[in-house]
Amino acid sequence: MLAEEEKIKQQLAERFGLPAEKITVQRERRIWADVQAAEFGEIFDYAVDKLGFVILATITGLDEGPTLGVIYHIARESGIILNLHISVPKDKPVIKTISARFPAADAYEREMVDLLGMQVEGLPPGNRYPLPDGWPAGQYPLRKDWKSDTIGKTEVTENA
Amino acid sequence: MPEREVKLTIGPQHPMLKEPESFLLTLRGEKITDMTVRLGYNHRGIEKACEQRTYIQDMYLVERVCGICSHSHSTCFIQAVEEIAGLQVPKRGLYIRTLISELERIHSHLLWLGVAGHEIGFGTLLMYTWRDRELVMDILALISGNRVNYGMNTIGGVRRDITAEQIPQILSAIDTLEERTKYYIQVGTQEITLRERLSGVGKLSREDATHLGAVGPTARASGVNRDVRRDDPYAVYGELSFNVITDEHSDVYGRTLVRVGELMESYKLVRQILKQMPDGPVVVKAPRKIPAGQAVSRYEAPRGEDVHYVKANGSDKPERVKVRAPTLANVQVVAHMLKDGYLADTPIVIAAIDPCFSCTDRAIATTNIDNGRTDRMDWPTLRKYGIDWYSKQGIDFAELNRKLRTMRESN
Repeated sequence: MLAEEEKIKQQLAERFGLPAEKITVQRERRIWADVQAAEFGEIFDYAVDKLGFVILATITGLDEGPTLGVIYHIARESGIILNLHISVPKDKPVIKTISARFPAADAYEREMVDLLGMQVEGLPPGNRYPLPDGWPAGQYPLRKDWKSDTIGKTEVTENA
Repeated sequence: MPEREVKLTIGPQHPMLKEPESFLLTLRGEKITDMTVRLGYNHRGIEKACEQRTYIQDMYLVERVCGICSHSHSTCFIQAVEEIAGLQVPKRGLYIRTLISELERIHSHLLWLGVAGHEIGFGTLLMYTWRDRELVMDILALISGNRVNYGMNTIGGVRRDITAEQIPQILSAIDTLEERTKYYIQVGTQEITLRERLSGVGKLSREDATHLGAVGPTARASGVNRDVRRDDPYAVYGELSFNVITDEHSDVYGRTLVRVGELMESYKLVRQILKQMPDGPVVVKAPRKIPAGQAVSRYEAPRGEDVHYVKANGSDKPERVKVRAPTLANVQVVAHMLKDGYLADTPIVIAAIDPCFSCTDRAIATTNIDNGRTDRMDWPTLRKYGIDWYSKQGIDFAELNRKLRTMRESN
């Protein structure tokens, strides 16, 4: 029943020497892989070009404590989703853009820039998203230590 | 004298929009030569808010991401939660969830058909489709108690059952809607004015649709054969038979045909669901705390693929909730479709991705590059401009509006 999913797992493991516990087949059509940030570009290209994961469902950014996580949710036409997870250190959260290959990634990557303080190399110039232009620098709402009342209190003081 | 370049800003604010957006158009004469998009004006911080609330509170919060596809978002979210918690939702519960999904698609597509008619000056189409939409709104209110934001879902199933008395009422409404939709298909395929007005407008090739990541009817009208209901089946779609409607026109006309085609499929699905729906419980008890884990859930909303990611940490609140609404995937696509098109087509091209455009009166500022003067135009003025502009080219709906009214009155 999971033949196709297991085959993809095996292909990824063999090609990139990934340990078996780093790739999980969660259920039908759901594969999760935890990869090194340095290897990501190569694995991503292979998954898109050779394994047929041609649809970018979305990109999720996560605050994981000492690191920031990124999950690239890419899908095959047949419905299988490969969730590629990488972690980058919070004090130097740098990833490379995939917007040249998937223009829709532009919005998803800018979202991580604004909400998590991710630094995305190679992102073409453009408007920020989704926070307003006057948003204070260094305030990243989706970081766990950020509380919504920090900003709220400032605004109240200004209006008083 | 050479035509001067004019920059035109459309947007951003409108209270009815889920995702208000600002389009900066560069015009040379009537033609749009370039365009940039600014998003995020209505970012409400729902993802952050979800991390501070319990799963059941989040479900109601997420249902309010969109006023039209509310059931889409709540279903997409709880599917992920249920997967992490390992909950087996009873079959009947899943059937009812799917029934609401399809009724929601019907009301959303009828809404769109009306908006599309309005934007091009085909007022009779707006009046007819919104009258018909009341039938499905009544059915949704009958089942759930609400016309929108139905609150049918709960983690582990649905909150209300379908009674035996409701079934004939639903079927009768569906019969009427099917008959009316056949009439719209007839209008769409036979009325030359409509075809002329929408053909070739907002062109999007199959290659561009795939490359830019278009979703839903916008992609399917460019021949991209993708539908999550079939490709990554959720709820009970794996047990139902339906066709994925695609079209090769690759323009607003194609997007119209895809949506009316999908209406016909939705009627078929509603009948199948009511026929095949097994007896039994509709909900299973869900734990307050969800065990650590993560899941990604996809859902074919009326506007296209909705994606939710949920990460649980073992507590009663999620660690992370990520929402990718279909409009975000289609906004880049709109920018592309407007390029090299006419200013007069802007309202219908933007409306054709169906970005929850319930009513549109957004401010438009025009800046003349040479003298820096800024003029302001609101959305109704731009709409009127588009209708008048086409009227001068001989595409006028006044006659068709009158003719259709007379036809139906005499029936």
